[in-house]
Amino acid sequence: MLSLYVAISLSLLVLDTKFHYLDLIRQALAVVTHPLQQLSHAPARGFEQAGEYFQSVATLQDENQRLKHAKLENAPMTLRLYQLEAENARLRRLLSVKERQAAGGQVAQILYTARDPFTRRVIVDKGQQDKISSGLPVVDDAGVVGQVTRVYPFVSEVTLITDKDQAIPVQIVRNGLRSVVFGLGNGQLELRFMPANADVQKDDLLVTSGLDGIFLPGFPVARVLAVERDTAYSFARIICVPVAGVENFGEVMVLAAREAPPPRPALAEAVEGAPEEKVLKSKKKRPARNP
Amino acid sequence: MQTTFSSSRILLPVRPWFIALSLVVALLLNMLPTAWWPGVPDWLALVLCFWCVREFRKVGMGWAFLFGLIMDVADASLMGQHTLAYVLLAYGAGALSRRVLWFPLLQQALQILPLLYIVPLVQFSIGMATGGQFPGFGYFIWPLVAALLWAPLTFMLLLPQHQPVERDANRPI
Repeated sequence: MLSLYVAISLSLLVLDTKFHYLDLIRQALAVVTHPLQQLSHAPARGFEQAGEYFQSVATLQDENQRLKHAKLENAPMTLRLYQLEAENARLRRLLSVKERQAAGGQVAQILYTARDPFTRRVIVDKGQQDKISSGLPVVDDAGVVGQVTRVYPFVSEVTLITDKDQAIPVQIVRNGLRSVVFGLGNGQLELRFMPANADVQKDDLLVTSGLDGIFLPGFPVARVLAVERDTAYSFARIICVPVAGVENFGEVMVLAAREAPPPRPALAEAVEGAPEEKVLKSKKKRPARNP
Repeated sequence: MQTTFSSSRILLPVRPWFIALSLVVALLLNMLPTAWWPGVPDWLALVLCFWCVREFRKVGMGWAFLFGLIMDVADASLMGQHTLAYVLLAYGAGALSRRVLWFPLLQQALQILPLLYIVPLVQFSIGMATGGQFPGFGYFIWPLVAALLWAPLTFMLLLPQHQPVERDANRPI
């Protein structure tokens, strides 16, 4: 009996890691487990809501004041945004450059963190019912949070950008340098395979480059925390911190699927070893990880 | 059956629904947000281990497999991660049950401890082998806490099987 059960478990493991065949079983079992999970999180959420309820009126008034102030401060920029977007679209049309896709999506609430200590994932309250599909990017008010990796009927699972080896193609705002940022698993990110003399400085902002065909370009991802240049290694060690509240609980936005980018030229034509090539490769890996 | 084989107290037979209920409650406890704190035991592993030792004829690897699958989905971990760990734990507990129950509770806990360590070690090796991140040493504390809880848990889970203390002349046992 032992060998039977062990054999089944091991084959489940292999099927899940290598072939991703088990999503149907997972979804079926999730129908049982998610109500239970909601039930077990109910007391904590109740306490939280009670705490919010008893929060003093003064705090709320203060916050309200601050938000009104912030809104007023941002007003000149937001008011001109429409005009700028229209102008941008017109100019792009004049230059016959393809128009930028407007970002759209739906707001989702982070329900809880997945308990698995080996990964960094959160569960949000939108699923197949809300037309969420795996691979969609997730952002919050400050920047990129992660990517939807598994979808269940009513909830879905978001892998955070700080998850180990979660990769996002980015570019540096200051000079447009392209690279791929990888999660380290400890709440930080790393720019890998950047030559030791690459023009990266502390406090550089990294935004999505959009080369992956998944993320729209221009979403802030991370800020460079430290750059270590050691002549003993051919690559610089560049550590970044996410700008979005990746480890916070709150509301996030699941962006709608991006329009399919134009087909890529065949790989044989691309120059071997060019930086674009690397980006392409790491981008190709991702759909395999998150089917 | 007795509390331990060496005690003279005779217990009522266990009710199957109580086993199922205790396992479901353990599952719920596992899903609480407290599960993130270091040192909070894997309740399901502990209760499963308890029933595998106490009732090796009723609870075994099948239950472990089923609850392992549920835990895998609930935890969003790899399919088979909890399953394999729980199945091995259930096998070990079943194999140990004939011997462990002869000991007093504290010594039982001492023997259960290495058994419980199967769970985090198996999960850790699977997590590392598939490229997960290191969860920190806090991850390996819970079996110690769980072993300390063995005696209170035994008392609690055997409560429904205790008989009334007053003697009844018309009852055979």
